[in-house]
Amino acid sequence: MNALRDQYGQEIDRILAKYPAEWKRSAVMPLLYLAQRAEGYITARALRDIAEICEISITDVASIVGFYTLYYDQPLGRYHIQVCTDLPCALRGAEEFLAQLSQKLGIQPGQTSTDGLFHLEQVMCLGACHRAPVFQVQGDGEIVFHENQSVETALAVIEALREHARQETGGAA
Amino acid sequence: MSEHILLRHRDIADIDQLEVYRQHGGFEAFRKALGAMQPGEVIQVVKDSGLRGRGGAGFPTGMKWGFCPNTIWPHYVVANADESEPGTFKDREIMESNPFQFLEGLMIAAYAIQANAAYIYLRGEYWQIAKLLDEKIADLQAAGLLGDAILGSRYSLRLYTHLGAGAYICGEETALLESLEGKLGQPRLRPPFPAVAGLYARPTVINNVETLANVPPIIHNGAAWYRDFGSDKSPGIKVFSLSGNVNRPGNYELPLGATFRELIYEHGGGIPGGRAIKAIMAAGASSALIPADDAALDTPMDYEALVGLGASLGSASVIVLDETVNMAWLAQKTTHFFKHESCGKCTPCREGTYWMVHILDRIIAGKAEEADIDLLNSVASQMQNKCLCALGEFSILPVISTVAKFRADYLAKVAAPLTEPQRP
Repeated sequence: MNALRDQYGQEIDRILAKYPAEWKRSAVMPLLYLAQRAEGYITARALRDIAEICEISITDVASIVGFYTLYYDQPLGRYHIQVCTDLPCALRGAEEFLAQLSQKLGIQPGQTSTDGLFHLEQVMCLGACHRAPVFQVQGDGEIVFHENQSVETALAVIEALREHARQETGGAA
Repeated sequence: MSEHILLRHRDIADIDQLEVYRQHGGFEAFRKALGAMQPGEVIQVVKDSGLRGRGGAGFPTGMKWGFCPNTIWPHYVVANADESEPGTFKDREIMESNPFQFLEGLMIAAYAIQANAAYIYLRGEYWQIAKLLDEKIADLQAAGLLGDAILGSRYSLRLYTHLGAGAYICGEETALLESLEGKLGQPRLRPPFPAVAGLYARPTVINNVETLANVPPIIHNGAAWYRDFGSDKSPGIKVFSLSGNVNRPGNYELPLGATFRELIYEHGGGIPGGRAIKAIMAAGASSALIPADDAALDTPMDYEALVGLGASLGSASVIVLDETVNMAWLAQKTTHFFKHESCGKCTPCREGTYWMVHILDRIIAGKAEEADIDLLNSVASQMQNKCLCALGEFSILPVISTVAKFRADYLAKVAAPLTEPQRP
């Protein structure tokens, strides 16, 4: 029984069709994104399902999760707020931006807000050096850039995400 | 430049729409290659143009294409869209705003080596761009420019996007191939080279996005036309990513051989607050620092001239440092980056970046002795020429060059007293 295949059969077939039939292993990264979109992180169950689809060992799949920074093996908040503080961004005030944002949110980089919505991260170069301070939001299977930010505009983005989550919960209730 | 050749979206509105791109000559080069040129002729024109890889290594593109043996099939083309070098943001603008020119270049490259499938490997953070490219690829399929028997020929081609997941090392071409095969992004030992045994152990050409975007105008206008730009050994045009302490950071398309002064002061509007410029990094974080004296500012930015400054052009990602920047701090920033991104496969890089960070953190915390500066230099020097790939070799460049040229900045940190916690 493969829960991932049961749920996303067509999408998995589309992914596998990109690669030669004898190279199902190439699908491991897109399948991890698919599983993470569904659960918010990579569950033990997803590791097993993906290993079966790609015809590789569970250890092989887990090693991919460990190697690449955009996969998570535990739930760390629905939205990952990822702030770049590499050299060009630091020259445009990104370190101060992160410090102030961290203070306003009341969480340190590496921590998750108590409501489980936001995980703050200091990350490496995002390829937006000319528009720093910059952060990306990784969550709900998407990665969205926010450039030329101030603490105020960043908080507005975060507030909009909070509102989005609140409305969803309200709709479900 | 009055009219852009690569950043054409700055002159032509909506060129990211297929019909607009085609109204302005789009896919004429692909049609010409497919209908009127043998694959070998396409390779020859690119060779004659003198186009060199724009991702950093500067290897002649046509020569790379010519290496694929016709005895092993199938062939693959992979576009390297893993743009992750701190200070580099040019491929992104090309893909976002002029995507069809890049895709057309990729399709011509595929035809030239007779590949029937090509992959675009994007860094995971470029999720939005991958989505956009998927839509553009669907447009091309609908228009009959991709698929089977394209434009009535016997040639068939399919393009696929593939997202990485946050690993700088995957910009290294053999690590990229490993990643695309569903493995850890760790570089391969060479030989064999990818041209012989690349993706799925088949002959593979890997080209940077910007390199590929140069191909349609070269095929359309000819090699001689392209050589009118730039210099004899570094012909053509380049997108320079300008960042750091500069008034107008951004991408600037200039002929190779334009000077730093022109880029930083004419286009970039100079240094904020009228401060003095102190140093330049020409290849993003992977740079030896260039002290920004008059001679350096007047140096033409091309592959050869920068070697004369003890530096390299790399991907032409120019980071400007003004007089307020302490170079020991800078080395700490870049070294943290390389330590984080080291893949862990080879010992010199894995251990070397770890120890360099350790020493630099001590220096910046004001807890170091002067002897630590030489210890740092010694660690860096011992890594040199011993790493499996360029990442390790690049990591030491900012360290060795700042110790050599800005030792006073280190001494200022070493001499600094321990900071006492503030008492209320």
